[in-house]
Amino acid sequence: MTTNGGEALIKSLENEGVEVIFGLPGGAILPVYDPILDSSIRHILVRHEQGAGHMAEGYAHATGKPGVAMVTSGPAATNIVTPLCDAYMDSVPMVCITGQVPYAAIGTDAFQECDTTGITMSVTKHNFLVTEAADIPQIIHDAFHIATTGRPGPVLVDIPKDIVDPGNPRSAMEWYEPSGPQLPGYNPVTVPDPALVAEAATLIRAAERPVVYAGGGILKARGAEALRRLVELTDIPTVTTLMARGALPDDHPLCLGMPGMHGNYTAVTAMQEADLLIALGARFDDRVTGRLDGFAPDAKIIHVDIDPAELNKVRPANVGIRGDCRLTIEALVEALGVDVVDQGIDRAPWKQRISGWQERFPLTYEQSAPGEALKPQFVLEKLRDGSPRDTIVASGVGQHQMWTSQFWNFEQPYTWINSGGLGTMGFSIPAAIGAKVGMPDRTVWAVDGDGCFQMTAQELVTATVERIPIKVALINNGYLGMVRQWQEMFYDERFSEVELGRTVPDYVKWAEAMGCEAIRAEAPEEVEPAVAKANEINDRPVVVEFRCDEREMVFPMVPAGKTNSELLVDPSQEDQPR
Amino acid sequence: MTAERFHTVVVKVENKAGVLARVAGLFARRGFNIESLAVAPTDDERFSRITFTVDVASAPLEQVVKQLDKLVNVVDIRELDAATAVERELMLIVVAAAPERRSELLDLVRIFKAKVLSVGPDKMMVSLSGRPDRIDDFEALLEPFGIVEIQRTGRVALRRLDSSAIDETPEVP
Ligand SMILES: Cc1ncc(C[n+]2csc(CCOP(=O)(O)OP(=O)(O)O)c2C)c(N)n1
Ligand SMILES: [Mg+2]
Repeated sequence: MTTNGGEALIKSLENEGVEVIFGLPGGAILPVYDPILDSSIRHILVRHEQGAGHMAEGYAHATGKPGVAMVTSGPAATNIVTPLCDAYMDSVPMVCITGQVPYAAIGTDAFQECDTTGITMSVTKHNFLVTEAADIPQIIHDAFHIATTGRPGPVLVDIPKDIVDPGNPRSAMEWYEPSGPQLPGYNPVTVPDPALVAEAATLIRAAERPVVYAGGGILKARGAEALRRLVELTDIPTVTTLMARGALPDDHPLCLGMPGMHGNYTAVTAMQEADLLIALGARFDDRVTGRLDGFAPDAKIIHVDIDPAELNKVRPANVGIRGDCRLTIEALVEALGVDVVDQGIDRAPWKQRISGWQERFPLTYEQSAPGEALKPQFVLEKLRDGSPRDTIVASGVGQHQMWTSQFWNFEQPYTWINSGGLGTMGFSIPAAIGAKVGMPDRTVWAVDGDGCFQMTAQELVTATVERIPIKVALINNGYLGMVRQWQEMFYDERFSEVELGRTVPDYVKWAEAMGCEAIRAEAPEEVEPAVAKANEINDRPVVVEFRCDEREMVFPMVPAGKTNSELLVDPSQEDQPR
Repeated sequence: MTAERFHTVVVKVENKAGVLARVAGLFARRGFNIESLAVAPTDDERFSRITFTVDVASAPLEQVVKQLDKLVNVVDIRELDAATAVERELMLIVVAAAPERRSELLDLVRIFKAKVLSVGPDKMMVSLSGRPDRIDDFEALLEPFGIVEIQRTGRVALRRLDSSAIDETPEVP
């Protein structure tokens, strides 16, 4: 069948099972937007290309399927660099199609030309510059294969205009179905080495104070069920990192919650005191380890990762296993055989120490006095309790992100979507939109900061027009709160360029102007009704502005450069014996 | 430069546009310190070979190799330490050679089995190929004459054959 590159591109995307593309057209990608009209694929027209990228990420986080974004050349390509880097840092499967100037014009500084593959080389798992129309079906197939296998990540395909423009002879081609990926240098290993699994099992059997350090890789491998079996079989307390919240339900007796810079005391301290850390799909990020030379000093390390470059990168492993997290956890379960109780292992002393920490150092905050501004933690508790249990939550970056991760009760995997590695302000609204598109029957809340909101709020227009009824809880503390906290704690309360003001912009008017229902809550008794009202509205997006106390700080905290043993607890717990 | 500090790595890559930029970009981004780098086609036109020497004080060799392996266009990686590698390099050098010092220079050329490529009134162009350490030695001995211009290719390397003792017989008496 004779066709052209543009039609072949859309057909290739259909063949990959793509249901939705987040994008915005322009000159170089224009010919591809014509066949979209006749395609079964839904296109969502964003208001800024950064929005398209984060929507694709949100979609991927929520569904496990690759998100797809399509934008034009030059400024559109540069606008999507941030989401690509975000997806790269958090291993999010995503395919981004960018238009490019005609092949012959590349290198001439043509209108809206930029070196997209050059710019994105270091923030993508791989990228392609397509030079012939006939390569399109194969390259699209390869791109999806790379994005979704091994350690997932973003892949960019840059396509010159002439090869997709039916008016140009260079676009003519014969259609074909690729028979498989053609990537001689790409062969991810997923099955773990049984000998190493056996070694790991031996370490697990011998450990007295083991902790499972569960990372985002477990969710990427869809391995939450396997994780649960492993920890129940071995009776091992488990921390879930910022990228793995929900991998083990927060109300599971073995779940200790989030470790790291703003982790809870028990999760942080259990890792510090452990004699064995079983790191599953985690990468010893500095926000988890604190000062590295003081991190978990007595722990042996079992490290499982699909990406062998993660093994021994930060902390040398006693047993490093290259493999898919789910397959490796299943192999471990098999190798361990009978449960620990039958092996005569007594976990009680270790678990008693842990429950002692849990009793002395729960997450806490001081309730606001009458007439004072809302406490953000209180807002999050009410939001959590007033929303369906399977609600998907996407957050921005800052204090509100940490409070959400701390105070939400994650009962299911794939319900928490945030920007961990890159820490991208403005992530939440577009990510929530993408999640809602992928999971239309679920309630999706974006918990956003006032600083973040001002970076990507325009996508609420997209949400209204495209009928994607997400909800936004805006934690308006009038400040770039996380930066304010660092200035308060480490710069002698010298506040420099962190005040945003609480009343300008008027968020209610702004939200209404974008077609959203808008609610403002300022007093504690207004919070619950506002949440209830928002949860009832399902025909358009809702923004609830919570006017919050700017003085509130996130605790516990490991100050930068300190070891995790130097964790600062909530001021009310300072006198507790550690 | 000690043998332990510098490792030679031979990478077979797909012969596609931009592959060298990917490899070089990776070195820069991860802070790998590269001593020398040579790129050449292979007998199979689908692939090229990149031979480079990395300072393993800048990053553990394990990380260098594993990060390279993540590049989709990298097909095969071989690490060669000094004991397993046969390494060669080519140097072109222009040395100041006033008539009264010429014979002294030619002695060195003869001892090292180098070649005189051209001679000017007060300069001489010489080439030498061989083991990189020999080239270092030769360069050092030419230094006092005054080096006008120098070009070295960077080393290329192959794994030593099992029975190749002859291969590394000293070339200098
Ligand atoms: C794009 C971007 N710019 C700057 C930062 C640095 N930064 C981290 S948190 C933060 C403050 C965020 O303010 P806000 O959205 O109001 O959240 P809050 O901390 O007040 O909850 C800033 C500026 C960042 N993470 N991302
Ligand atoms: Mg704020």
